Amino acid sequence: MVDFGGWHMPVQYGGILEEHHAVRNAVGVFDISHMGEVFVSGPEAKAWLNRLLTNNVDRLSLGECQYTFLLNEKGGVIDDLLVYQLDEGRYLLVVNASMIDEDVAWMRAHVCPGVTVENRSNEYAGLAVQGPRAVTLFDRFFEGKISRPARNEIKRVEMGCMTLFIARTGYTGEDGFELFFAAECAAAVWKAILEKGADLGIKPCGLGARDTLRLEMCYPLNGSDLSPTRTPLEAGLSFYVDLEKPEFIGRAKLAEQRQNGVHHRLVPFKMKGKTPPPRAHYTIFKNGQPIAETTSGTVSPTLGIGIGMAYIPSEFARINEEIEIDIRGRRFPATIEKKPLHKK
Amino acid sequence: MNVPDDLKYTETHEWIRLEGGNARVGVTDHAQAELTDVVYVELPKVGAKVEAKAAAAVVESVKAAGDIYAPLTGTVVAVNEALENDPAFVNTDPYGEGWLFVIAPEAPDEVAQLKDAAAYRALTGE
Repeated sequence: MVDFGGWHMPVQYGGILEEHHAVRNAVGVFDISHMGEVFVSGPEAKAWLNRLLTNNVDRLSLGECQYTFLLNEKGGVIDDLLVYQLDEGRYLLVVNASMIDEDVAWMRAHVCPGVTVENRSNEYAGLAVQGPRAVTLFDRFFEGKISRPARNEIKRVEMGCMTLFIARTGYTGEDGFELFFAAECAAAVWKAILEKGADLGIKPCGLGARDTLRLEMCYPLNGSDLSPTRTPLEAGLSFYVDLEKPEFIGRAKLAEQRQNGVHHRLVPFKMKGKTPPPRAHYTIFKNGQPIAETTSGTVSPTLGIGIGMAYIPSEFARINEEIEIDIRGRRFPATIEKKPLHKK
Repeated sequence: MNVPDDLKYTETHEWIRLEGGNARVGVTDHAQAELTDVVYVELPKVGAKVEAKAAAAVVESVKAAGDIYAPLTGTVVAVNEALENDPAFVNTDPYGEGWLFVIAPEAPDEVAQLKDAAAYRALTGE
Protein backbone atom coordinates (compact mmCIF):
# COMPACT_ATOMS: atom_id res chain seq x y z
CA MET A 1 0.00 0.00 0.00
CA VAL A 2 1.24 3.50 -0.80
CA ASP A 3 0.13 7.06 -0.31
CA PHE A 4 -1.16 8.43 -3.63
CA GLY A 5 -2.55 11.95 -3.70
CA GLY A 6 -3.62 11.56 -0.08
CA TRP A 7 -5.22 8.14 -0.71
CA HIS A 8 -4.01 4.88 0.78
CA MET A 9 -3.90 2.63 -2.30
CA PRO A 10 -2.53 -0.78 -3.28
CA VAL A 11 0.34 -0.96 -5.79
CA GLN A 12 -0.86 -4.46 -6.58
CA TYR A 13 -3.43 -7.03 -5.47
CA GLY A 14 -1.81 -10.21 -6.81
CA GLY A 15 1.16 -9.06 -8.86
CA ILE A 16 1.75 -6.30 -11.39
CA LEU A 17 2.55 -8.67 -14.28
CA GLU A 18 -0.53 -10.83 -13.82
CA GLU A 19 -2.75 -7.76 -13.46
CA HIS A 20 -1.18 -6.14 -16.53
CA HIS A 21 -1.71 -9.24 -18.68
CA ALA A 22 -5.30 -9.61 -17.43
CA VAL A 23 -6.08 -6.13 -18.79
CA ARG A 24 -4.32 -6.74 -22.13
CA ASN A 25 -5.87 -10.20 -22.66
CA ALA A 26 -9.04 -10.44 -20.56
CA VAL A 27 -10.36 -7.78 -18.18
CA GLY A 28 -9.24 -5.94 -15.05
CA VAL A 29 -10.92 -3.60 -12.60
CA PHE A 30 -9.23 -0.58 -11.02
CA ASP A 31 -10.46 1.44 -8.07
CA ILE A 32 -10.21 5.04 -9.33
CA SER A 33 -12.17 6.59 -6.45
CA HIS A 34 -9.17 8.86 -5.83
CA MET A 35 -9.88 10.76 -9.06
CA GLY A 36 -11.67 14.08 -8.59
CA GLU A 37 -15.19 14.85 -9.87
CA VAL A 38 -15.89 18.54 -10.43
CA PHE A 39 -19.25 19.65 -11.85
CA VAL A 40 -19.39 22.90 -13.81
CA SER A 41 -22.78 24.30 -14.76
CA GLY A 42 -24.66 27.45 -15.74
CA PRO A 43 -25.51 29.49 -18.80
CA GLU A 44 -21.89 30.68 -19.13
CA ALA A 45 -20.31 27.27 -18.42
CA LYS A 46 -19.35 26.45 -22.02
CA ALA A 47 -17.78 29.84 -22.77
CA TRP A 48 -15.96 29.83 -19.44
CA LEU A 49 -14.53 26.31 -19.92
CA ASN A 50 -13.28 27.39 -23.33
CA ARG A 51 -11.33 30.21 -21.68
CA LEU A 52 -10.01 27.86 -18.97
CA LEU A 53 -9.10 24.70 -20.96
CA THR A 54 -6.98 24.11 -24.09
CA ASN A 55 -9.34 21.89 -26.10
CA ASN A 56 -12.52 23.23 -27.70
CA VAL A 57 -15.64 22.43 -25.68
CA ASP A 58 -17.80 23.56 -28.64
CA ARG A 59 -16.81 20.35 -30.40
CA LEU A 60 -18.46 18.18 -27.73
CA SER A 61 -21.85 16.75 -28.53
CA LEU A 62 -24.19 15.91 -25.72
CA GLY A 63 -22.82 12.98 -23.68
CA GLU A 64 -19.38 13.19 -25.21
CA CYS A 65 -15.99 13.77 -23.61
CA GLN A 66 -12.60 15.14 -24.59
CA TYR A 67 -9.09 15.11 -23.15
CA THR A 68 -7.88 18.59 -22.30
CA PHE A 69 -5.45 20.65 -20.19
CA LEU A 70 -5.73 23.23 -17.47
CA LEU A 71 -2.75 25.58 -17.90
CA ASN A 72 -1.10 28.32 -15.90
CA GLU A 73 -0.45 31.76 -17.44
CA LYS A 74 2.94 30.56 -18.73
CA GLY A 75 1.35 27.68 -20.62
CA GLY A 76 2.58 25.06 -18.12
CA VAL A 77 0.32 22.15 -17.22
CA ILE A 78 -1.55 22.40 -13.93
CA ASP A 79 -3.56 19.28 -14.74
CA ASP A 80 -4.70 17.02 -17.56
CA LEU A 81 -8.32 15.96 -17.38
CA LEU A 82 -11.40 14.67 -19.16
CA VAL A 83 -14.37 16.99 -19.61
CA TYR A 84 -17.74 15.32 -20.20
CA GLN A 85 -20.79 17.23 -21.41
CA LEU A 86 -23.61 15.76 -19.32
CA ASP A 87 -26.35 18.17 -20.43
CA GLU A 88 -26.70 21.51 -22.13
CA GLY A 89 -24.69 23.80 -19.84
CA ARG A 90 -23.63 21.02 -17.45
CA TYR A 91 -20.17 19.42 -17.47
CA LEU A 92 -18.28 16.85 -15.43
CA LEU A 93 -14.51 17.29 -15.11
CA VAL A 94 -12.56 14.21 -13.98
CA VAL A 95 -9.21 15.39 -12.59
CA ASN A 96 -6.13 13.87 -10.95
CA ALA A 97 -6.41 13.06 -7.24
CA SER A 98 -3.29 14.96 -6.21
CA MET A 99 -4.52 18.07 -8.05
CA ILE A 100 -8.14 18.34 -6.85
CA ASP A 101 -7.50 21.15 -4.37
CA GLU A 102 -5.24 23.11 -6.70
CA ASP A 103 -7.56 22.69 -9.71
CA VAL A 104 -10.63 23.77 -7.75
CA ALA A 105 -8.79 26.75 -6.22
CA TRP A 106 -7.69 27.80 -9.73
CA MET A 107 -11.24 27.44 -11.06
CA ARG A 108 -12.72 29.42 -8.16
CA ALA A 109 -10.13 32.16 -8.64
CA HIS A 110 -11.14 32.50 -12.30
CA VAL A 111 -14.88 31.83 -12.03
CA CYS A 112 -17.34 34.34 -13.50
CA PRO A 113 -21.07 35.09 -13.11
CA GLY A 114 -23.28 32.45 -14.69
CA VAL A 115 -20.93 29.58 -13.74
CA THR A 116 -21.15 27.24 -10.74
CA VAL A 117 -18.19 25.03 -9.76
CA GLU A 118 -18.99 22.13 -7.42
CA ASN A 119 -16.25 19.85 -6.15
CA ARG A 120 -18.04 16.57 -5.42
CA SER A 121 -14.94 14.37 -5.35
CA ASN A 122 -15.69 13.01 -1.88
CA GLU A 123 -19.23 11.93 -2.83
CA TYR A 124 -18.13 9.81 -5.79
CA ALA A 125 -16.43 6.47 -6.10
CA GLY A 126 -14.97 5.43 -9.44
CA LEU A 127 -14.13 2.08 -11.02
CA ALA A 128 -12.39 1.46 -14.33
CA VAL A 129 -13.21 -1.83 -16.06
CA GLN A 130 -10.65 -2.32 -18.81
CA GLY A 131 -9.71 -5.02 -21.30
CA PRO A 132 -11.01 -6.86 -24.37
CA ARG A 133 -13.65 -8.65 -22.28
CA ALA A 134 -14.95 -5.46 -20.63
CA VAL A 135 -17.86 -5.29 -23.11
CA THR A 136 -18.99 -8.83 -22.22
CA LEU A 137 -18.84 -7.94 -18.56
CA PHE A 138 -20.76 -4.72 -19.22
CA ASP A 139 -23.65 -6.61 -20.89
CA ARG A 140 -23.66 -9.14 -18.09
CA PHE A 141 -23.57 -6.52 -15.35
CA PHE A 142 -26.55 -4.62 -16.81
CA GLU A 143 -28.26 -7.86 -17.94
CA GLY A 144 -28.43 -6.51 -21.50
CA LYS A 145 -30.86 -3.77 -20.44
CA ILE A 146 -28.46 -0.88 -21.02
CA SER A 147 -26.76 -0.31 -24.36
CA ARG A 148 -23.02 0.31 -24.21
CA PRO A 149 -21.88 3.92 -24.52
CA ALA A 150 -19.82 4.59 -27.67
CA ARG A 151 -16.12 5.44 -27.45
CA ASN A 152 -15.68 8.71 -25.47
CA GLU A 153 -19.37 8.79 -24.65
CA ILE A 154 -20.89 9.02 -21.16
CA LYS A 155 -24.29 7.70 -20.08
CA ARG A 156 -26.35 8.35 -17.01
CA VAL A 157 -28.01 5.19 -15.72
CA GLU A 158 -30.44 4.79 -12.82
CA MET A 159 -29.94 1.47 -11.09
CA GLY A 160 -31.98 0.82 -7.98
CA CYS A 161 -31.42 3.79 -5.70
CA MET A 162 -28.15 4.65 -7.44
CA THR A 163 -27.24 6.98 -10.28
CA LEU A 164 -24.25 5.79 -12.31
CA PHE A 165 -22.27 7.76 -14.86
CA ILE A 166 -20.72 5.27 -17.28
CA ALA A 167 -18.11 6.41 -19.78
CA ARG A 168 -16.34 4.47 -22.53
CA THR A 169 -12.93 5.81 -21.50
CA GLY A 170 -9.78 4.58 -19.82
CA TYR A 171 -6.05 4.90 -19.22
CA THR A 172 -4.83 1.51 -20.45
CA GLY A 173 -5.11 1.50 -24.25
CA GLU A 174 -7.75 -1.24 -24.06
CA ASP A 175 -11.47 -0.96 -24.63
CA GLY A 176 -13.36 -0.41 -21.40
CA PHE A 177 -15.53 1.68 -19.14
CA GLU A 178 -15.17 4.09 -16.26
CA LEU A 179 -18.03 4.19 -13.76
CA PHE A 180 -18.69 7.01 -11.31
CA PHE A 181 -21.32 6.62 -8.61
CA ALA A 182 -22.17 7.31 -4.96
CA ALA A 183 -19.22 6.46 -2.72
CA GLU A 184 -21.36 4.44 -0.26
CA CYS A 185 -22.10 1.88 -3.03
CA ALA A 186 -18.41 1.36 -3.89
CA ALA A 187 -17.81 -1.93 -2.08
CA ALA A 188 -21.02 -3.51 -3.41
CA VAL A 189 -20.32 -2.55 -7.04
CA TRP A 190 -16.66 -3.64 -6.75
CA LYS A 191 -17.73 -7.07 -5.44
CA ALA A 192 -20.48 -7.49 -8.05
CA ILE A 193 -18.07 -6.71 -10.91
CA LEU A 194 -15.46 -9.17 -9.62
CA GLU A 195 -18.14 -11.83 -9.17
CA LYS A 196 -19.69 -11.39 -12.60
CA GLY A 197 -16.25 -11.28 -14.22
CA ALA A 198 -14.80 -14.32 -12.43
CA ASP A 199 -15.14 -16.73 -15.36
CA LEU A 200 -13.82 -14.03 -17.75
CA GLY A 201 -10.51 -14.06 -15.86
CA ILE A 202 -11.03 -10.67 -14.19
CA LYS A 203 -8.33 -9.38 -11.80
CA PRO A 204 -8.46 -6.47 -9.40
CA CYS A 205 -5.63 -4.17 -10.50
CA GLY A 206 -3.53 -1.67 -8.55
CA LEU A 207 -1.46 1.41 -9.28
CA GLY A 208 1.50 -0.67 -10.50
CA ALA A 209 -0.36 -2.15 -13.47
CA ARG A 210 -2.07 1.19 -14.10
CA ASP A 211 1.40 2.67 -14.57
CA THR A 212 2.84 -0.07 -16.83
CA LEU A 213 -0.31 -0.11 -18.98
CA ARG A 214 -0.41 3.66 -19.47
CA LEU A 215 3.32 3.87 -20.13
CA GLU A 216 3.16 1.25 -22.91
CA MET A 217 0.57 3.55 -24.54
CA CYS A 218 2.71 6.66 -23.77
CA TYR A 219 -0.16 8.31 -21.89
CA PRO A 220 1.42 10.96 -19.66
CA LEU A 221 1.15 10.93 -15.88
CA ASN A 222 0.81 14.39 -14.34
CA GLY A 223 3.57 15.08 -11.84
CA SER A 224 5.94 12.79 -13.78
CA ASP A 225 5.59 13.51 -17.51
CA LEU A 226 3.59 16.72 -17.18
CA SER A 227 4.55 19.69 -15.05
CA PRO A 228 3.84 23.40 -14.53
CA THR A 229 7.06 24.18 -16.42
CA ARG A 230 6.19 22.10 -19.52
CA THR A 231 3.52 22.94 -22.09
CA PRO A 232 1.25 20.46 -23.91
CA LEU A 233 3.19 21.27 -27.11
CA GLU A 234 6.45 20.20 -25.46
CA ALA A 235 4.61 17.08 -24.27
CA GLY A 236 3.67 16.32 -27.90
CA LEU A 237 -0.05 16.71 -27.16
CA SER A 238 -0.97 19.64 -29.41
CA PHE A 239 -3.91 17.57 -30.72
CA TYR A 240 -5.70 18.54 -27.50
CA VAL A 241 -4.95 22.24 -27.86
CA ASP A 242 -7.12 24.46 -30.06
CA LEU A 243 -5.09 27.54 -30.92
CA GLU A 244 -7.93 28.70 -33.19
CA LYS A 245 -9.74 29.72 -30.00
CA PRO A 246 -9.22 33.50 -29.52
CA GLU A 247 -8.36 33.17 -25.84
CA PHE A 248 -7.59 30.68 -23.09
CA ILE A 249 -5.20 30.79 -20.15
CA GLY A 250 -1.68 30.00 -21.37
CA ARG A 251 -2.54 30.57 -25.04
CA ALA A 252 0.12 33.27 -25.64
CA LYS A 253 2.98 30.93 -24.74
CA LEU A 254 1.58 28.10 -26.84
CA ALA A 255 1.07 30.39 -29.87
CA GLU A 256 4.67 31.56 -29.50
CA GLN A 257 5.89 27.95 -29.35
CA ARG A 258 3.86 26.98 -32.40
CA GLN A 259 5.49 29.89 -34.23
CA ASN A 260 9.08 29.29 -33.10
CA GLY A 261 9.12 25.61 -32.19
CA VAL A 262 9.88 23.97 -28.84
CA HIS A 263 13.30 23.35 -27.29
CA HIS A 264 12.40 19.97 -25.81
CA ARG A 265 9.88 17.31 -26.68
CA LEU A 266 8.50 14.45 -24.60
CA VAL A 267 9.32 11.24 -26.47
CA PRO A 268 9.18 7.54 -25.59
CA PHE A 269 12.25 5.34 -25.66
CA LYS A 270 12.93 1.63 -25.62
CA MET A 271 16.04 -0.03 -24.14
CA LYS A 272 18.11 -2.21 -26.44
CA GLY A 273 18.45 -5.80 -25.25
CA LYS A 274 18.58 -6.96 -21.67
CA THR A 275 19.14 -4.07 -19.26
CA PRO A 276 17.98 -3.12 -15.78
CA PRO A 277 14.58 -1.40 -15.95
CA PRO A 278 14.86 2.35 -16.49
CA ARG A 279 13.06 4.46 -13.89
CA ALA A 280 12.17 8.13 -13.45
CA HIS A 281 15.02 10.65 -12.92
CA TYR A 282 17.77 8.63 -14.62
CA THR A 283 20.22 10.73 -16.64
CA ILE A 284 20.19 10.43 -20.45
CA PHE A 285 23.40 10.82 -22.46
CA LYS A 286 23.97 11.63 -26.12
CA ASN A 287 27.47 11.81 -27.62
CA GLY A 288 28.89 11.42 -24.11
CA GLN A 289 27.01 14.47 -22.77
CA PRO A 290 24.08 14.50 -20.32
CA ILE A 291 21.10 15.92 -22.25
CA ALA A 292 18.00 15.02 -20.25
CA GLU A 293 16.43 13.07 -17.41
CA THR A 294 13.80 10.32 -17.72
CA THR A 295 10.33 11.32 -16.50
CA SER A 296 8.94 7.76 -16.37
CA GLY A 297 10.34 4.29 -16.78
CA THR A 298 9.54 0.65 -16.22
CA VAL A 299 9.89 -2.74 -17.79
CA SER A 300 7.12 -3.27 -20.31
CA PRO A 301 5.30 -6.49 -19.40
CA THR A 302 3.97 -6.80 -22.96
CA LEU A 303 7.29 -6.19 -24.75
CA GLY A 304 9.56 -7.66 -22.06
CA ILE A 305 11.93 -4.71 -22.38
CA GLY A 306 12.69 -1.47 -20.54
CA ILE A 307 10.69 1.57 -21.69
CA GLY A 308 10.24 5.16 -20.61
CA MET A 309 9.72 8.78 -21.56
CA ALA A 310 11.80 11.93 -21.38
CA TYR A 311 11.93 15.54 -22.54
CA ILE A 312 14.74 15.38 -25.10
CA PRO A 313 16.29 18.45 -26.80
CA SER A 314 14.43 18.88 -30.11
CA GLU A 315 17.56 18.28 -32.21
CA PHE A 316 17.68 14.70 -30.87
CA ALA A 317 13.95 14.09 -30.40
CA ARG A 318 13.64 12.00 -33.54
CA ILE A 319 12.47 8.45 -34.08
CA ASN A 320 15.34 5.90 -34.12
CA GLU A 321 17.78 8.35 -32.50
CA GLU A 322 20.21 6.45 -30.26
CA ILE A 323 20.62 7.56 -26.65
CA GLU A 324 22.14 6.10 -23.47
CA ILE A 325 20.52 5.82 -20.04
CA ASP A 326 22.67 5.90 -16.91
CA ILE A 327 21.56 3.18 -14.51
CA ARG A 328 23.57 3.07 -11.27
CA GLY A 329 26.69 4.45 -12.96
CA ARG A 330 26.58 2.29 -16.09
CA ARG A 331 25.22 3.47 -19.44
CA PHE A 332 22.83 1.31 -21.42
CA PRO A 333 21.75 1.95 -25.05
CA ALA A 334 18.20 2.92 -25.95
CA THR A 335 16.40 4.28 -29.01
CA ILE A 336 13.75 6.93 -29.34
CA GLU A 337 10.52 5.42 -30.59
CA LYS A 338 7.18 6.36 -32.06
CA LYS A 339 4.06 6.54 -29.86
CA PRO A 340 2.55 4.26 -28.70
CA LEU A 341 5.17 1.70 -27.65
CA HIS A 342 2.52 -1.04 -27.53
CA LYS A 343 0.79 -1.46 -30.87
CA LYS A 344 -2.01 -3.90 -31.44
CA MET B 1 5.47 -17.96 4.44
CA ASN B 2 8.20 -20.55 4.16
CA VAL B 3 11.07 -20.08 6.69
CA PRO B 4 13.34 -23.19 6.58
CA ASP B 5 14.76 -24.17 9.97
CA ASP B 6 18.26 -24.92 8.68
CA LEU B 7 19.01 -21.36 7.46
CA LYS B 8 20.16 -18.13 9.15
CA TYR B 9 18.50 -14.81 8.44
CA THR B 10 19.16 -11.06 8.42
CA GLU B 11 16.82 -8.28 9.48
CA THR B 12 16.93 -7.10 5.86
CA HIS B 13 15.38 -10.40 4.65
CA GLU B 14 18.37 -12.25 3.23
CA TRP B 15 19.09 -15.89 4.13
CA ILE B 16 22.37 -17.83 4.26
CA ARG B 17 23.02 -21.55 4.03
CA LEU B 18 26.39 -22.71 5.39
CA GLU B 19 28.05 -25.10 2.94
CA GLY B 20 31.43 -26.25 4.18
CA GLY B 21 33.25 -23.00 4.85
CA ASN B 22 31.12 -20.92 2.48
CA ALA B 23 27.76 -19.20 2.77
CA ARG B 24 25.14 -19.28 0.00
CA VAL B 25 22.94 -16.14 0.00
CA GLY B 26 19.45 -15.42 -1.23
CA VAL B 27 16.33 -13.46 -0.29
CA THR B 28 13.59 -14.92 1.86
CA ASP B 29 10.14 -16.04 0.77
CA HIS B 30 8.78 -13.05 2.67
CA ALA B 31 11.08 -10.69 0.70
CA GLN B 32 10.19 -12.16 -2.69
CA ALA B 33 6.49 -11.87 -1.86
CA GLU B 34 6.96 -8.21 -0.97
CA LEU B 35 9.03 -7.56 -4.10
CA THR B 36 6.89 -9.71 -6.45
CA ASP B 37 7.58 -10.10 -10.16
CA VAL B 38 11.38 -9.87 -10.12
CA VAL B 39 12.46 -8.79 -13.62
CA TYR B 40 16.17 -8.07 -13.21
CA VAL B 41 18.95 -9.08 -10.82
CA GLU B 42 22.29 -7.31 -10.68
CA LEU B 43 24.88 -9.54 -9.01
CA PRO B 44 28.36 -8.79 -7.68
CA LYS B 45 31.35 -10.04 -9.66
CA VAL B 46 33.11 -13.25 -8.61
CA GLY B 47 36.14 -12.12 -6.61
CA ALA B 48 34.44 -8.96 -5.33
CA LYS B 49 34.82 -8.10 -1.65
CA VAL B 50 31.55 -7.63 0.19
CA GLU B 51 30.99 -6.23 3.64
CA ALA B 52 28.34 -7.35 6.11
CA LYS B 53 25.24 -5.09 5.99
CA ALA B 54 26.52 -3.24 2.87
CA ALA B 55 24.65 -3.40 -0.47
CA ALA B 56 26.03 -6.23 -2.62
CA ALA B 57 23.32 -6.83 -5.26
CA VAL B 58 20.18 -5.22 -6.67
CA VAL B 59 16.90 -7.01 -7.26
CA GLU B 60 14.43 -5.14 -9.44
CA SER B 61 10.72 -5.80 -9.65
CA VAL B 62 8.40 -4.09 -12.14
CA LYS B 63 7.78 -1.33 -9.65
CA ALA B 64 11.05 -0.74 -7.83
CA ALA B 65 14.73 -1.53 -7.35
CA GLY B 66 15.77 -3.01 -3.99
CA ASP B 67 19.26 -3.37 -2.50
CA ILE B 68 20.36 -6.78 -1.24
CA TYR B 69 22.78 -6.59 1.68
CA ALA B 70 25.64 -9.04 2.24
CA PRO B 71 24.89 -11.01 5.43
CA LEU B 72 28.62 -11.60 6.03
CA THR B 73 31.95 -9.95 5.17
CA GLY B 74 34.02 -11.85 2.66
CA THR B 75 34.76 -12.61 -0.98
CA VAL B 76 32.21 -13.60 -3.61
CA VAL B 77 33.18 -17.02 -4.95
CA ALA B 78 30.12 -17.80 -7.11
CA VAL B 79 27.08 -16.02 -8.53
CA ASN B 80 23.84 -17.44 -9.91
CA GLU B 81 24.21 -16.78 -13.63
CA ALA B 82 20.87 -18.46 -14.37
CA LEU B 83 19.14 -15.35 -12.99
CA GLU B 84 20.28 -13.35 -16.00
CA ASN B 85 17.74 -15.20 -18.16
CA ASP B 86 15.33 -16.29 -15.44
CA PRO B 87 15.18 -13.61 -12.74
CA ALA B 88 11.76 -14.99 -11.72
CA PHE B 89 13.53 -17.91 -9.95
CA VAL B 90 13.83 -15.44 -7.07
CA ASN B 91 10.02 -15.58 -6.82
CA THR B 92 9.37 -19.20 -7.66
CA ASP B 93 12.19 -20.83 -5.66
CA PRO B 94 13.80 -18.28 -3.31
CA TYR B 95 15.70 -20.91 -1.25
CA GLY B 96 16.70 -23.05 -4.24
CA GLU B 97 17.17 -21.96 -7.85
CA GLY B 98 16.69 -18.34 -6.82
CA TRP B 99 19.93 -18.13 -4.81
CA LEU B 100 22.03 -15.02 -5.54
CA PHE B 101 25.70 -15.53 -4.65
CA VAL B 102 28.14 -17.48 -2.45
CA ILE B 103 30.51 -15.78 0.01
CA ALA B 104 33.75 -17.14 1.41
CA PRO B 105 33.46 -15.43 4.82
CA GLU B 106 36.37 -13.60 6.39
CA ALA B 107 34.92 -13.49 9.88
CA PRO B 108 32.87 -16.66 10.44
CA ASP B 109 31.89 -15.42 13.92
CA GLU B 110 29.57 -12.93 12.18
CA VAL B 111 27.20 -15.89 11.68
CA ALA B 112 26.37 -15.75 15.38
CA GLN B 113 24.85 -12.29 14.88
CA LEU B 114 22.29 -13.61 12.36
CA LYS B 115 18.81 -14.73 13.31
CA ASP B 116 17.63 -18.31 13.49
CA ALA B 117 14.35 -19.35 11.86
CA ALA B 118 12.27 -18.75 15.02
CA ALA B 119 13.67 -15.22 15.47
CA TYR B 120 13.10 -14.44 11.78
CA ARG B 121 9.52 -15.71 11.95
CA ALA B 122 8.98 -13.39 14.92
CA LEU B 123 10.44 -10.48 12.93
CA THR B 124 8.03 -11.00 10.03
CA GLY B 125 5.12 -11.51 12.42
CA GLU B 126 4.46 -15.16 11.68
